[in-house]
This record gives sequence, structure tokens and C-alpha cells, in this order.
Amino acid sequence: MTAIPSHSPRLSVDDLRGSSARRRRELFVRIAFMAAASLSIVISLLIILSLAGEAWNFISQVDLPLLLERGWFPRRDLFGIPTIVAGTLVVAGIGMLVATPLGLGAAIYLSEYASPRARRVIKPVLEVLAGIPSVVLGYFALQVISPVVVDQACPGITEQFNLAAAGIGVGVLITPLVASVAEDAMYAVPRSLREAAYGLGAQRRTTSLRVVFPAAISGIVAALILGLSRGIGETMVVSIAAGATGGSLFSVNPCAPGQTMTAAMTALATGSDQVRGATLAFPSLFFVGMLLFVFTLALNLFADRFVRRVRVRY
Amino acid sequence: MAATPRGQAITAAEAVRRSLEGRERTDWRSPAFHGLLVLLLVLTLGVLAWLLTVVFLNGMPVLLERGPDFLTAPLASQPQRAGVGQAIQGSLMLMGFVVVLSFPLGIGAAVYLEEYASDTRFTRFVNTVVRNLAGVPSIVYGLLGLAVFVVALGDLVGPGPASGRSLIAGGLTMAILVLPIVIITSSEALRAVPASIREAAFGVGATRWEVVRSHVLPYAAPGIFTGTILSMARAFGETAPLILVGAVVGGFSVRYDNLLEQLQGRYTALPTTVYDWARKPATFEGNVYAAIVVLIVVLLVVNALAIYLRNRFERRW
Repeated sequence: MTAIPSHSPRLSVDDLRGSSARRRRELFVRIAFMAAASLSIVISLLIILSLAGEAWNFISQVDLPLLLERGWFPRRDLFGIPTIVAGTLVVAGIGMLVATPLGLGAAIYLSEYASPRARRVIKPVLEVLAGIPSVVLGYFALQVISPVVVDQACPGITEQFNLAAAGIGVGVLITPLVASVAEDAMYAVPRSLREAAYGLGAQRRTTSLRVVFPAAISGIVAALILGLSRGIGETMVVSIAAGATGGSLFSVNPCAPGQTMTAAMTALATGSDQVRGATLAFPSLFFVGMLLFVFTLALNLFADRFVRRVRVRY
Repeated sequence: MAATPRGQAITAAEAVRRSLEGRERTDWRSPAFHGLLVLLLVLTLGVLAWLLTVVFLNGMPVLLERGPDFLTAPLASQPQRAGVGQAIQGSLMLMGFVVVLSFPLGIGAAVYLEEYASDTRFTRFVNTVVRNLAGVPSIVYGLLGLAVFVVALGDLVGPGPASGRSLIAGGLTMAILVLPIVIITSSEALRAVPASIREAAFGVGATRWEVVRSHVLPYAAPGIFTGTILSMARAFGETAPLILVGAVVGGFSVRYDNLLEQLQGRYTALPTTVYDWARKPATFEGNVYAAIVVLIVVLLVVNALAIYLRNRFERRW
């Protein structure tokens, strides 16, 4: 036995840090992951810069009062923004008329009525519906919804291309989104609320509509706002089913062809193989894109606030 | 025996039953509401069934008649000769970009946000940015690709006749489009791994990266796979951004000598081909449906795989 020298090296924090190679690797991995995460900020900046740059180009060259004219004919330098905004609102509005009852109905059924087995079957089927590409729904809207459904609602219609068919197609497309977000919100309502209602003698219908639905209202509103935002940004269904590829007069008649912001952009990009060139048509693409970006961003931020309110409550 | 005011005799059990039911007449509103919900659900699922029926009824005859020729033939102006060979090839190569770029970057970003970052203002900002990027309409990503890859970097990604509208431009645009979805789904999968797993690994002296690599990622892998597969399915059906960054509509015939030349050359994809044919005269109708059948079969297989993976490996902690 030797006496422990008084100057024995104490274990310091440095000894517990491990080898320096290990530390270097840690640092490298952390930096790499952080760079990957920061990439989304770079992408956002790129989106804003590329939209704003060309949009500014457009604003500074175009006659501003002309933007409020009626009619959208970019190849003839007629850029009536109200025309395509009106078309967008008509299509998104019809879409919401379809998606609200279908989506909320599916959500209430899945959350309050369905047996676990029914849920296991129905939810994947709704996911399949959500996975149907929008080109396919667009063609379906043009070939099937327009002649079968819209012809009944619009007497004397001659045009296969119309806003109503596009709107219904968009509605079908956003139904699974509305259903899934609303169902998540209702499913998150605590059991105790339902049990309290049943304890008071309430029936399932009353419990669903008067207890669970109000408790989940923020999530349900968020589902509807997200649906609306998706409907406004939906492109292919409208490009295929709404017609008016070259341009459009101002029209809010659902039984007639029309143009939305998104369809106006694809029409510009497909009409000429070469988008660049063609005077103001190219920058106008970005101006419309920026409007669309601002609309949907505002709606998404609004919906986000509603979703967060649900989380805080329970 | 109790007597009602009307003088009818009812049993005590009957009296209790009536008072529990609240009303003495039958309530039709509850069954009606239940029926309405079922009707709405049947309508929704019915649209899906209707769509699939129409597509397969119209598409299968063309597919059966043309056989493998339809799957390999290039774009052409006559419906009898036009096929989806170039489209399938283009779509697969676009998916290659998504797999190579979006998956590692997206999963890496998710790992940073869930495992590394503390709750700082920067982290919250990045989370908000990612959520908002996921809600940006896909056509806006097309504009981004058009401005950045086709116009600004055009000479780099697609020199010569492609003038920027190359496979690289399309692939990069797709990769950016899918990135936020990969981050969100991967984050959810990571969040589902309980903290005890991490604490156990930290407790035996593992560094953060060792904890993530050997413990968190393996447990989160099924969830991450499901999410990434679904996001790939979404990219496979995406059309609008490709139209803006110049996927070919119409037809093209170029022979590429090597991979780089092909990457820098023109391309088309399955959904853009569907869109292009959909605008053609009615003689192309059969081709459109046949191409949709190919598109939907691929997506259904991919979706089924994702759902199977999730059900097979889902675990509750």
C-alpha cells in the first residue's frame, strides 16, 4: 500500500468528454443536420425572391389601371386580375360546398360512430382517395362529372368545359384533407367529455353535435381553412376541366368556362413552349404566382393559429 | 300495478323504460343523423369507386390491345403509336432526384429539429417555415424552379437545345417540393420514439449521434419509411410544377449518349403526358385512360406498401 499522493490527478470534466475524434464527429454531424434544417429557410427565401423579382418587373412595366380591367388575355397584354381571382373564388367556393359536408360527415362518422374495425378499413380508403393525382381527377371531372352531374344542374348547357365541373373535382380532391384534419381534432377531444354527456342521458347524436363538435371547433375550422387554401392552389383539375386556355372574359357563371389564377399560369406555360420572351406574359406569371402565394400563406397561417389553440386547451 | 291518468294500466318496468327514453314517441332524429353520416361517407367512397371503375373500364381495353408496346413506345402524334415509355423513364428519374436529395436532407433536418435543437427562437422559426412550405401550392414551386433552375442556372443544368428545361431542373424542383413533407412526416416518426430509449443510451455514455444512429433511428425507421414512401407517391402524381419547368408536352426524340447528356436534356413525365393527351382530340381518349391506369396502379401499389409497412411495424409504447 502506498499512500495516495496529495497531488493525485483528479478526474476533470475533460476526462469524461471522450476522445477528440469522437467529439469532432459529433460536431460535424450536428453541423450537417443543422445545415439540412436551415435549407428550408433558404428555400423560402428563394421562393419569395424569385416571385418578388419578376412580379416587380411586371408591376413596373404594366399600366396599373389595366390590371383592374375585365378579361384575362395575356397574349394581347390584357391582364384583368379580377377575372382570374373571381374564377378562383368560384371554383374554390364550389369545392368547399362539396368538401364541407362530405369531409365533416366522414370525420364525425369516423370519430364518433365507426367501430374500430370500420375505422381500420375506411381510413386507408380515404388515404387512397387523397393519393389520386389531380390530373386524374381533372380528367374525371371533364369526362364524367361535367356530362353526368353538371348537365343536370345547368339547363341548356352546351359547353363541356365549365367552372362547376372543376369546382366539384376540386371538392372531391380536398374532401380527404378536410376529413382527416377534422377527424384528428374530434378524436383528440377527451373521453371524459363524451362520458359526461352520456351520463346525463345524451344520445350519440347530441353528444357528437353539442359536445364533441364544439369542443373540436378550432380544429374543424382549421380543416376547412386548409381545404380552402388547397382549393385555391389546386391547378390541374382546373387546367383540364375549366377550359378557357387562351384567356377568359370576366365570368362568375359556374355553368360557363372560366379561368383561375392557377390555370392561367399553366395555360401561359403550355401555350408557348418557350415561356421566356413574350413581352409581359413571362413576368405576369410570377405576379399571379405571388398573389397566389400570399393568399394561401395567409390562410395557412390563420389555420395554424386555430390548430395550436386546440393543442393548448387539452 | 300503476295507473296512468288515462286509466291504462302499465307495468312499473314499462314506466321506467318510458321515462328513461325521455319521450314517449319514437325519436327519428338520431337514426336520421346516423343515416345521413353513412350516406355522406358512402358518397365519398362512391366517387372513388366510380372514378376507378371509369378509368379501368376505359383504360384496360387499350392496355390489353397494345400490350407491352404501350408501356415502351415513345410519345407520338398518332394515338395508335403513342406510348408512355419516355414518360415512365422520366418519372422514374425524377423519383431518383427525390430519393437522393429529399430523403437524406429531409430526414437530417427532422433529426436536427427533434433530437438536436433546443427550443430556441431559431428552432421555432424553422418549424414554422417548414409547415408553411408544406402548404405552398405546388405550382409556386414550379415558378421557383422556372426562375432559379431554368432561367438563372439554365446554362448549367441544361445547356444547348434544352435551354434550361432539363431533367435536372425538373428533378431539383421536385426534390424541393417534397422536402417539407419528408421533414414533417419524419419528425412525427421521431417524436413517437419514447424518451426512455434515449435516456437509457445516454446513461451508458453514448454521444448524441450514437443515440440517434443506433437507437432512435432504428425505432423510427418504419414511420420514416412510410412517410417518405407516401411523399414519393405524391411527387409521382405531381404535374403542375413540371409544366412550368418545361417537361415536354407533344413529343421529342433524342438519343442520349450518356447519363449526363440525358440529365441535361429534355424529358417528360407520366402525369404531364396524361395532361397533354387530355387536351388532344377525342381519338386520344383511350390513351389517356390507359396512361391513367398505369399511373394509378403504380400509386396504389406504393400506397398499399406504405400502409402495410405502417400496420406491420406500428407499435404502441
